Amino acid sequence: MRRAPFLLVILAALVALHLLLPASLLSLDPAVRDLLLLELRLPRTLLVAGYGATLGLTGAAIQALFANPLASPDVTGSSSGAALGAVLGGYWLGLTEPLALAACGAIGALAALGGLILFAGRRADTATLLLAGIGISLACGAGTSLALALAPSPFAFYDAFDWLMGSFTDRSLSQAAAALIPAAIAAALLVRHARALDLLALGEDVAASLGHRPGRLGIEVVALSAVAVGACVAVCGAVGFIGLIAPFLARRMTAGHPGRAMVPAALIGALLLLLADLVTRSLDRPIPIGVITALAGTPLFLWLIVHQRRGMTP
Amino acid sequence: MTPLLEARGVAMGDRLAAMDLVSAGGEMIALVGPNGGGKTSLLRALAGVEEARGAVAIDGEALAGLGEARRRRLLAFLPASREVAWHIAVRDVIALSGASTVEVDRWVTAFELERFAGRSIGNLSTGERARALLARAMAAGPRVLLLDEPLSNLDPYWVLRTLELLAEAARGGATVMIALHDLALVERFDRLLLLENGRVVGDGAPSALKERLGSLFGVELSPDGQWQISLSADPRSSR
Repeated sequence: MRRAPFLLVILAALVALHLLLPASLLSLDPAVRDLLLLELRLPRTLLVAGYGATLGLTGAAIQALFANPLASPDVTGSSSGAALGAVLGGYWLGLTEPLALAACGAIGALAALGGLILFAGRRADTATLLLAGIGISLACGAGTSLALALAPSPFAFYDAFDWLMGSFTDRSLSQAAAALIPAAIAAALLVRHARALDLLALGEDVAASLGHRPGRLGIEVVALSAVAVGACVAVCGAVGFIGLIAPFLARRMTAGHPGRAMVPAALIGALLLLLADLVTRSLDRPIPIGVITALAGTPLFLWLIVHQRRGMTP
Repeated sequence: MTPLLEARGVAMGDRLAAMDLVSAGGEMIALVGPNGGGKTSLLRALAGVEEARGAVAIDGEALAGLGEARRRRLLAFLPASREVAWHIAVRDVIALSGASTVEVDRWVTAFELERFAGRSIGNLSTGERARALLARAMAAGPRVLLLDEPLSNLDPYWVLRTLELLAEAARGGATVMIALHDLALVERFDRLLLLENGRVVGDGAPSALKERLGSLFGVELSPDGQWQISLSADPRSSR
């Protein structure tokens, strides 16, 4: 954890960069400049950093719970579940309130994670976990496509295309609040369980003998992660791989301890997503941010699978 | 005087019939019995790992509802599994007990883990991992040690050395309760609890229970026919 201050400095610099770049904004009339900064740049920076932190933190919590470095919001299907929830809420129930959509996302994520535990169990081996996650992701993806194709609005599909792969353009402060306030509350509640999640490394029985309740802990971690991820996905779409990579890097800072890796994973998640968004904004054509994170994250994911096959948990 | 460990009416489904168990402290208890006899269930019930009926108190304090800070001073539970899910260094695994750095170092030395202290526990052999996990269980100096087959996977030296370390804890006033399969070792314990079909079918000093032991397992116990092993005077020089 000695590297934490270093991480904070980099994060602060990236936040400033993200807020101020492209710098052409600064030469505008002060009144216009302030308006643009507050109404356009600030919500985007907040959402990118907050969503990245949420993915990192919930990824670390879910990995600690399942005792598996391949578990994460996207791999377990909770992101796709959240997307399905938000699509159903937005295009079928006609909800427009950001907070109502965030709630739909949370419910979708909760259903997906609940389904995962139902199918795979809480300490499933990697193959079962991944297969159950893939099954749930595929089902939610198909459900989302179907819901969009049959939606009352003929533009639903085009509308949703770039949002589904993650988009931060033109989000308002109230949208940012709808995603980040529930996420922040859930994150604060998750961090309280850092010690119990560390002890889970020794097995559920040791944690239970020390007065922690693994069953209840599991339900809380799943529910809180679903709320946090669901609210963010409903507003910004599904962004993959951050929830997988950030905890992996964070555990290098906590000497392998999975629970206390939550906070560093949040910092690293924010950092990575800010970087990815800076990349998308520097490109001439609009590419969904989820494409960038997937391109960067897939190699690590495959590397993790190879290491697991050799019986080593990185 | 309050006994160190007091369990009243402890029972668990059809695996453990209701039983009372009292230990004044300062004793080594071996749970002996056939597979499925209830050794693990009893340890789990006493440690509060699993939902069980009845009440368990240590040092006069009811365990139900106690938080970690208090519990780790009162008891430690070692499951039969030797798996650690993450790559955590041996020293850090022992530190998960909540013991101070000085205590952690003391236990690293006691279990001769210096060579592995900085290494991930996942890269150790099963026996080495067993020693590290025993050190974790003992490091916070709990009053009651509930250990499920702590001697399996250990080589003969470490079986005897571990028994010495446990006896030391017992001399310090702790109650040490372990599930045991090796009948050649029962005489090293102060008290045997024979378990069969989830019931206590014998409770007393090893010498008094020798015949019951043989019939319990359906094996012959020859009075002096066993291999006797003991630690050599300077065990480390031979290693």
